[in-house]
Amino acid sequence: MKIIIPIKRVLDPYTQARVNKQTQLVDLTNAKMAMNPFCEIAVEEALKIKESNAASETIAVSIGTEKTIDTLRTALAMGVDRAIFVKTDSELDLQPLHLGKILANIVKREEAQLVIMGKQAVDNDNNQTGQILSGLLDYSLGTFISKFQLSDDGKSVEVCREIDSGIETRQLNLPTIVTVDLRLNEPRYASLPNIMKARSKPLETIEISSFDIDISPRVKVISVEESGTKDRASKQVQSAEELFSELSQLGVL
Amino acid sequence: MSALILIELNGSEVSSNSRAAITAATQLSDTIDALVLTDDSANAASVASLKSINTVKVIADSKLEHVSVGVASKLVAEVMTDYKYLLSGSSTYSKNILPVVGALLDVQPISDVCEIKSNNTFVRPLYAGNIMATVESSDDTIVMTVRATAFEHSGDGGSATVEELSLPIPEQKSNFISLHESQSERPELTTADRIVSGGRGLGSKDNFALIEQLADKLDAAVGASRAAVDAGFISNDYQVGQTGKVVAPKLYLAVGISGAIQHLAGMKDSQVIVVINSDPDAPMARMADLVWQTDLFGALKELNDHVL
Ligand SMILES: Cc1cc2nc3c(=O)[nH]c(=O)nc-3n(C[C@H](O)[C@H](O)[C@H](O)COP(=O)(O)OP(=O)(O)OC[C@H]3O[C@@H](n4cnc5c(N)ncnc54)[C@H](O)[C@@H]3O)c2cc1C
Ligand SMILES: Nc1ncnc2c1ncn2[C@@H]1O[C@H](COP(=O)(O)O)[C@@H](O)[C@H]1O
Repeated sequence: MKIIIPIKRVLDPYTQARVNKQTQLVDLTNAKMAMNPFCEIAVEEALKIKESNAASETIAVSIGTEKTIDTLRTALAMGVDRAIFVKTDSELDLQPLHLGKILANIVKREEAQLVIMGKQAVDNDNNQTGQILSGLLDYSLGTFISKFQLSDDGKSVEVCREIDSGIETRQLNLPTIVTVDLRLNEPRYASLPNIMKARSKPLETIEISSFDIDISPRVKVISVEESGTKDRASKQVQSAEELFSELSQLGVL
Repeated sequence: MSALILIELNGSEVSSNSRAAITAATQLSDTIDALVLTDDSANAASVASLKSINTVKVIADSKLEHVSVGVASKLVAEVMTDYKYLLSGSSTYSKNILPVVGALLDVQPISDVCEIKSNNTFVRPLYAGNIMATVESSDDTIVMTVRATAFEHSGDGGSATVEELSLPIPEQKSNFISLHESQSERPELTTADRIVSGGRGLGSKDNFALIEQLADKLDAAVGASRAAVDAGFISNDYQVGQTGKVVAPKLYLAVGISGAIQHLAGMKDSQVIVVINSDPDAPMARMADLVWQTDLFGALKELNDHVL
């Protein structure tokens, strides 16, 4: 069983996003970039499955500009067997529908039974790509998973899904797409020797144009603005009595 | 230019985020229908009395209890052939189904719409809400989820026609096993007027009970940071933030929460924010209207003992 892990390079999640006034885009020049945290968890889960001898190969896929190779190398250094880099010309943020179509092509080509990916990319917060991929392939889908267990016969998986009302457990028939939530596992760090080893692991580059998919944007970003948190008055209080009396005055008690 | 709302039911009740979706739809279309997927057609009654709805389309089948997302999305996509817009409130229910519908209709869905600027232009958050983007869709059909905190919750008082559709239910590729719901008498987190929220600073599950005690006293809902959920103080459905629930209560009381960007993403639109934290430099403190810089255990004891 092959496992495909689509991963995304994003602005480091602990960095504040800033708008470049001139380009009217989020400024990523010289910004600290990282693998999307949910994708790190997806990689970790795939590695665990491989280590339990339930998978034959783990393949990371990323779609983006040349710099995306860094993120794929990180996945290889964590332990993924090989990488597929789909090269785009500009920083143009492809949309989940396009990504889904490209990934569907790759999943079919590789005849992968399992796709493990992040539930959302922390830059655009779309939370769509896995769902779209499952729709295009007509594979079963388990979103927001916090537990993953392959069945003994290797024909299905049992997952726990973190949903608004609690935790849902479902059995998904293979082939399947799962999108991971934060509590699934604790991703490993790449050790120095593994970072060295990753350099000689296979990394295939595919030009996006070779897919013959229309990637013109369906949803265009017209403008962006910083809406970060506005500082507030931060009036100090010293006791429960004072706090309750302030709250009464503000009319919220 | 008619709109369809995919209704999310909690038991037989219409969820508040579906009500927000109706308000959003009234800004886009004069004709709004609702779609309900349910195991029991009796559940359509509460939908028929929603304001602003023309026709309630009901697909009722015992197989639809805990139906798979694959089956749900195929049914929605089939009904969508008659509509320009598909809206649903942002929740794990709709975030699961709507993108799959988008794939089936070959449209790019739009997540978490906070404002409607025109019939194809919308405002939505990026980067945990630190950036608001105005986006324009060129798709013929527009599929979106809307933030329940950004639109009023449309009320009752309508009398829609109910139309039962009998569509064949496709075969499921996944099976429901179980659902663990947290039981609570407290107000629901996403609609509560007041929320008392606890973080890692509480230190243990036992101590977290102090948060619940204060919530009960204030008739408030309980919330939590990711660190508190990860540490097992409380279950995942209480998490507020970028990857948890988005709330905007009248009062948000944050106890032992530092105020990471990802947490602020879920609560920064609260009307009054109160922070109890021993660290005056915690980012949360700058966000606050009122700050009590102190040890939280002493503060919680005093608050819980205080006679209101
Ligand atoms: C992709 C991603 C998504 C995330 N999504 C979310 C999300 O949805 N929601 C979320 O909350 N987080 C989320 N996080 C995590 C977030 O970055 C923070 O790690 C988390 O919010 C920290 O929780 P905390 O404030 O409870 O803990 P800490 O940051 O550890 O803060 C604890 C606070 O308690 C105070 N404190 C400790 N002891 C006492 C005491 N005795 N008296 C008074 N004060 C005390 C400390 O001064 C400190 O400010 C996400 C992170 C990532 C990477
Ligand atoms: N450019 C990309 N290349 C590869 N995978 C991606 C890309 N963008 C998104 N994904 C995958 O889709 C998941 C969800 O992203 P999104 O739907 O954009 O929130 C991510 O966690 C990745 O697993």
